[in-house]
Amino acid sequence: MKSVALHNPLAKVLLKSFTFLLLFSLSFNAVAQDAIDEARQKDGRKLFKSLCASCHKLDKKFIGPALGKVEERRENDWLKAWIKNNAELRASGDKDAIAIFEEYNGSNMTAFPQLTDENIDNILYYTTVGEIVKTPEPGPDGYAPQPAPEAPKWLIFILAGVIAAAFLIIASLLKTISELKGAPKTPGLWGNSVELWEGLKRNTFLHVVGTIFVLLLSAYILFGALFTVGVDQGYQPVQPIMFSHKIHAGDNKIDCQYCHSSAKHSKHSGIPSVNVCMNCHKNIAEVADNTVVETEDRLYSKADLDKEIQKLYDAAGWDPEKLAYTGDEKPIKWIRIHNLPDFAYFNHSQHVTVGGVECQKCHGPVETMEELYQFSPLTMGWCIDCHRETKVDLKGNDYYKKVHEELAKKYGVEQVTIAQLGGLECGKCHY
Amino acid sequence: MASNKKYWQSVVEIENASIVETLSKNEFVEEIPTDEFLGDKETLENSSTSRRDFLKYVGFTTAAASLAACEGPVKKAIPYVVKPNDTILGVADWYATSIANGQDFANILVKTREGRPILVMPNKEANGVTNARVQASVLSLYDEQLRLKSPKKGGEKISWGNSHKQIGEKLNELKEKNETVILLTGTLASPSTEQIVSEFIAAYPNVKHVAYDAISESGAADAFEAMFGSRAIPNYHFDKAQAIVSFGADFLGDWHGGFEKGYAESRNPDSGKMSYHVQFEANMSLTGANADKRVVTKSSDQVFALINLYNAITGGSLPSKSTPVDAEVKAAAAALKKAGSNAVVVSGSNDKNAQLIAFAINDALQSEVFDAANPLQIRQGNDAEMAQAMADIKSGKAKGLITYNVDPVYNSVAGLAEAIKKLKLSVAMSVQDNDTVAASEYVLSMSHYLESWGDVSISQGHYGLMQPTIQKLFKTTQFQDVLLKWSGNTNSYYDYLKGFWSSNILEGQSWNQALHDGYFKKEVAASVSKSSVDLNAAASALRGSVKGSGFELNLYSSTALGDGQLANNPWLQEFPDPITRASWDNYLLVSYDDAKKLEFDNPVKDNGAINGNYAKVTVNGVTIENIPVMIQPGQANGTVGLALGYGRKTNLKEDMQVGVNAYPFYANGQNVQYGATIERTSGPVHKFACMQVQKTIAGRHDILKEVSLKDYNDHSIDPKHTWNKPAVVSYDHEEVEAKTIDLWDAHNREIGHHFNLSIDLNSCTGCGACVIACHAENNVPVVGKDEMRVGRDMHWLRIDRYYSSEVETREEALEQGFRGGDLFKVLETSAKNPSVTFQPMMCQHCNHAPCETVCPVAATTHGRQGQNQMTYNRCVGTRYCANNCPYRVRRFNWFNYADNNEFDFNMNNEYGKMVLNPDVVVRSRGVMEKCSMCIQMTQATILKAKKEGRKVETGEFATACSQACTTGALAFGDVNNPEEEVTELVKDKRAFNVLDYIQTKPNVIYQVKVRNTNEA
Repeated sequence: MKSVALHNPLAKVLLKSFTFLLLFSLSFNAVAQDAIDEARQKDGRKLFKSLCASCHKLDKKFIGPALGKVEERRENDWLKAWIKNNAELRASGDKDAIAIFEEYNGSNMTAFPQLTDENIDNILYYTTVGEIVKTPEPGPDGYAPQPAPEAPKWLIFILAGVIAAAFLIIASLLKTISELKGAPKTPGLWGNSVELWEGLKRNTFLHVVGTIFVLLLSAYILFGALFTVGVDQGYQPVQPIMFSHKIHAGDNKIDCQYCHSSAKHSKHSGIPSVNVCMNCHKNIAEVADNTVVETEDRLYSKADLDKEIQKLYDAAGWDPEKLAYTGDEKPIKWIRIHNLPDFAYFNHSQHVTVGGVECQKCHGPVETMEELYQFSPLTMGWCIDCHRETKVDLKGNDYYKKVHEELAKKYGVEQVTIAQLGGLECGKCHY
Repeated sequence: MASNKKYWQSVVEIENASIVETLSKNEFVEEIPTDEFLGDKETLENSSTSRRDFLKYVGFTTAAASLAACEGPVKKAIPYVVKPNDTILGVADWYATSIANGQDFANILVKTREGRPILVMPNKEANGVTNARVQASVLSLYDEQLRLKSPKKGGEKISWGNSHKQIGEKLNELKEKNETVILLTGTLASPSTEQIVSEFIAAYPNVKHVAYDAISESGAADAFEAMFGSRAIPNYHFDKAQAIVSFGADFLGDWHGGFEKGYAESRNPDSGKMSYHVQFEANMSLTGANADKRVVTKSSDQVFALINLYNAITGGSLPSKSTPVDAEVKAAAAALKKAGSNAVVVSGSNDKNAQLIAFAINDALQSEVFDAANPLQIRQGNDAEMAQAMADIKSGKAKGLITYNVDPVYNSVAGLAEAIKKLKLSVAMSVQDNDTVAASEYVLSMSHYLESWGDVSISQGHYGLMQPTIQKLFKTTQFQDVLLKWSGNTNSYYDYLKGFWSSNILEGQSWNQALHDGYFKKEVAASVSKSSVDLNAAASALRGSVKGSGFELNLYSSTALGDGQLANNPWLQEFPDPITRASWDNYLLVSYDDAKKLEFDNPVKDNGAINGNYAKVTVNGVTIENIPVMIQPGQANGTVGLALGYGRKTNLKEDMQVGVNAYPFYANGQNVQYGATIERTSGPVHKFACMQVQKTIAGRHDILKEVSLKDYNDHSIDPKHTWNKPAVVSYDHEEVEAKTIDLWDAHNREIGHHFNLSIDLNSCTGCGACVIACHAENNVPVVGKDEMRVGRDMHWLRIDRYYSSEVETREEALEQGFRGGDLFKVLETSAKNPSVTFQPMMCQHCNHAPCETVCPVAATTHGRQGQNQMTYNRCVGTRYCANNCPYRVRRFNWFNYADNNEFDFNMNNEYGKMVLNPDVVVRSRGVMEKCSMCIQMTQATILKAKKEGRKVETGEFATACSQACTTGALAFGDVNNPEEEVTELVKDKRAFNVLDYIQTKPNVIYQVKVRNTNEA
């Protein structure tokens, strides 16, 4: 597709409208989509995402200009020359090249001499056709299939109730019929119960057993209730920014310790400072298209999520238009989820660096959590259980060499547990 | 042979054994007055609250409390916006810096957490020595009550720009008229600051710089100037000393300062040449308490004794007269001569002539201890210039006064406050509010030393750098920056300092390295020329200075407060004086005999507190009323002692406005004032907060062991049968060593670490740095005077002070045949000059701990590493453990000391709480607490090794007390590591356990004290 210089303005307008219509139908008309070469688009998209996306977007100006349908504005050869080595092109005195360089305050674009012409054509093809929107296959009547509505749970109970009532009615009817037929009148269900109750009332043994049972049961329930005081398992407060661990740790596979970097050095895992967020978010001002986050009480669309990123910019004092820090910083007041009481000392680095414990062991499947919650009970019993069972691999750590050898001999085991190392002593965590 | 001494803590013990016995046997000597409220039927009947109502209230409150407890509070976590690169949340950063506040000068290390300094430790690599005040100085950084928060003019806030502009205009006006402006500072001892001051004076020639020390040592500097030509005070290398004779110089206290490390080095009996120390003094000082021989000498007699000593050493004949201590002087002269060039004589007098004679004796001895070539720079006050400057201000001759971190109004220059108000320009630059600040027109808020850049020259060639360890808390700036600005220099002080160091001090060495180390040492070509002095004239003048009849008043600086600049520091107020064991007070120390004559008394109340009477003291026409009196064993008859530094009022917290201001007595900077009259005032009794009688030994007289150097060195004596005899018990009708009998199963201690702490009673000077270090490291709360008085102090580590004498109790005296008047006389004689032993006492971490056995909820348990662990969250507060502890080291939280207006100390305000150690929990009400052997520190050391995948290195383990101790008295380590120092010490022939007959098998061991009795 090589653009031709059109001198007739009318023809230009017509052609533009036509192209627009064509593209419009390309994007939204499923039939027209057949015309797209998906392989080329896919290759171009991949290259664009890996090489260009940190500075360019299709639909709007970013660090560099918007690239959607750039081929309509520039000639293919010029684009190839620019992409391969823009500095050279500028040095050759190309006016357009110098103009665009100056328009963007002289910020240098990386040269990509490694790209072949085909690569570049594919990228340009992607900028022209854009994303392929996969609409669901229409059913025979032309409508997309709807998910079957799920029956609400209360319906089951109502049904069960109706069935039980029906059985009772039937039983009662049968009884009446047999009585009418002349069967002797038996004491009713009620009569039987009264008799049974009278019997029970006179049986002292049952009284004692019953009392003991009731007392034990209430003690059990009371203790169970008291032991949950201060245990906040499942605590999931609403955070000032809707931060999805799923998007970061799950979809984008960012290492936990990239952000929580002090976990390997310190007792605190540390909530990342805003500058750590900005390492990436300087270039990521919006979430990927079609991202949707569903939490318990609300659904976040792309627009909602982009607003959340804007909150981050407010905190960092970052102006996404001018791409500069304003200095007006507002620290984020996160709500702390994992709260240990002051009298319990816990050290992340001991577990992460020395013990090699996976973060998920205590914090659960964080990479699947849209909104973070407290996965473990964080009770002392929970700590102790793990210390009793866990046999940590201490090989290669000279600190443990001698002590492990001696303890293993003393306890007659291959590998000692944390408890055998002294991990159950009160003073190891309470001081 | 083994010492037959018995130890006692209070004169009451020997005088009235019955009350001690009652106290030791009975917790409540008087019946608890329950009848007062329960027996009053009328009140009970008229009460509107019926029993039924009461139960309702109880029910409701319980239910409400449990409901409220069900939901936890929402906690916020606010991370940095931009995290500083070298800060890791939860990991401590250490900075090497220096303290130089006009009184204490030292190379120190500062521990910071998340940008907050929380602990001060000596920089041992730089020979830094910290005392209790230096350790506590970190708390004064967070003193939001007293610190100046912004510049002010006439009490109203003013901007920095305006204050500089207005003061600059006034300075120029005064310069044009050539009217004198006095720049009054303490000892700066900072080479760069001195340069800045001289540049400021160059810009304003009408400015005159005057330095003074609140507690003056001008006499020594005057003498040094007369003898060696330059103004400084000589340095003393006590580590080289073999014989030390001191006339009232408290060199382990505040006299010059920083000698304890060298002194302790010379006192090591294993080196074979332990020094012999004779102290002639009137007050019982820290130094006298450590001396081998303490000669009780009136201050006036010290003067003649010093001259007599000169005559004895040199054979000279300076005018003098005989004194009651002539025999001791003669013996001291012999000891000095024997030690030759390793002998030294020091005098604590601030009289130039006394210092001259002391210098002359050292010169005659050719003392290597006395160092005039590399003198100390840390006392630069000049009393004569100071007196002239103050006279000029009062007469109106000087028109301006600029002060920097000094408080001459509090230091009692009479009429100064009024004179300052009349000046054309009065500027007070100060870190904290004080009387001078209140009198000055312009007040410029200065940064604390932990927020500042700076340098210090402690002695010639020994420098320290000061660097900020925290962002400025308030709108403050530095003195140096202000002077640079006024002199028209646009450099910041930091740039100036860096430039100054590279051109004047570093000699091409790296600035970054010096800053990292916090100190810099270089050889200075030292040569002093000694000019001859007319000693005859000096001696005559000295004779003339002794005058008047009546009492001699000895003014001293207390270990806790010093000159008083840290008076608003609750840690220091609560710090018990090493000698009297009283806190939150100063008092008139009188001797046993004088007290009897003047009818002073220190009765012990049945709650273990002591009371006192008030005295009215008049010296040179100055009268101070209502000074509480404390009877001090070892005080010379005819003399009384009184600590300076107390009685500050301006803007201090009410709880800290304690004691009387003794500065009005401190005429001419002389610490001895003659001709005092003392009378007892009738009136209310004074309530002391004294830990003295509470900790009676209750007859267990084998708490301490000591031996003479002669016996110690005599290898024919087996210590196990003589001076370090282990306890024996009867078993199967035979005497066996107590350690062979055991109620408990032994612990296996061979695997992993096993911590021991060794305490050398010989090196411990009782300075108390460890007590404050423990306070800071372990978040020990301050309880206030009233609670201290009733024995509810919270110190995890205390330093017990035991007096000892040959005849101790009535019974013993009776046994020895004393009857009637003689009976009391012999008891009095023993109290006149007791010898003193300091014994740091903390949880002994018994391997067979009596406390662990009795805890009903297993809140105190034993760790494999040897610690006796205390689990606060498990404790229900039965206090059985404290009752069963033979060492009395467990402390009960009677109240919530944090966030409680009743205890309005550092834990009750947001600034003060910044000093808390985040690794140690703040204990709440109703739990027992005690020394943990700094398990948070050993655990941190272990974790560091684990993370680096290596063994813990020898000497890496430490506790707060062992880190703070500069004399090496406290040695901590892992006894399963054969290379550790403590492993050797445990096996030492001096090692013993306190109360070893109970066989608690402590992990804290003590080393027998060795006294050099100077026998053969």
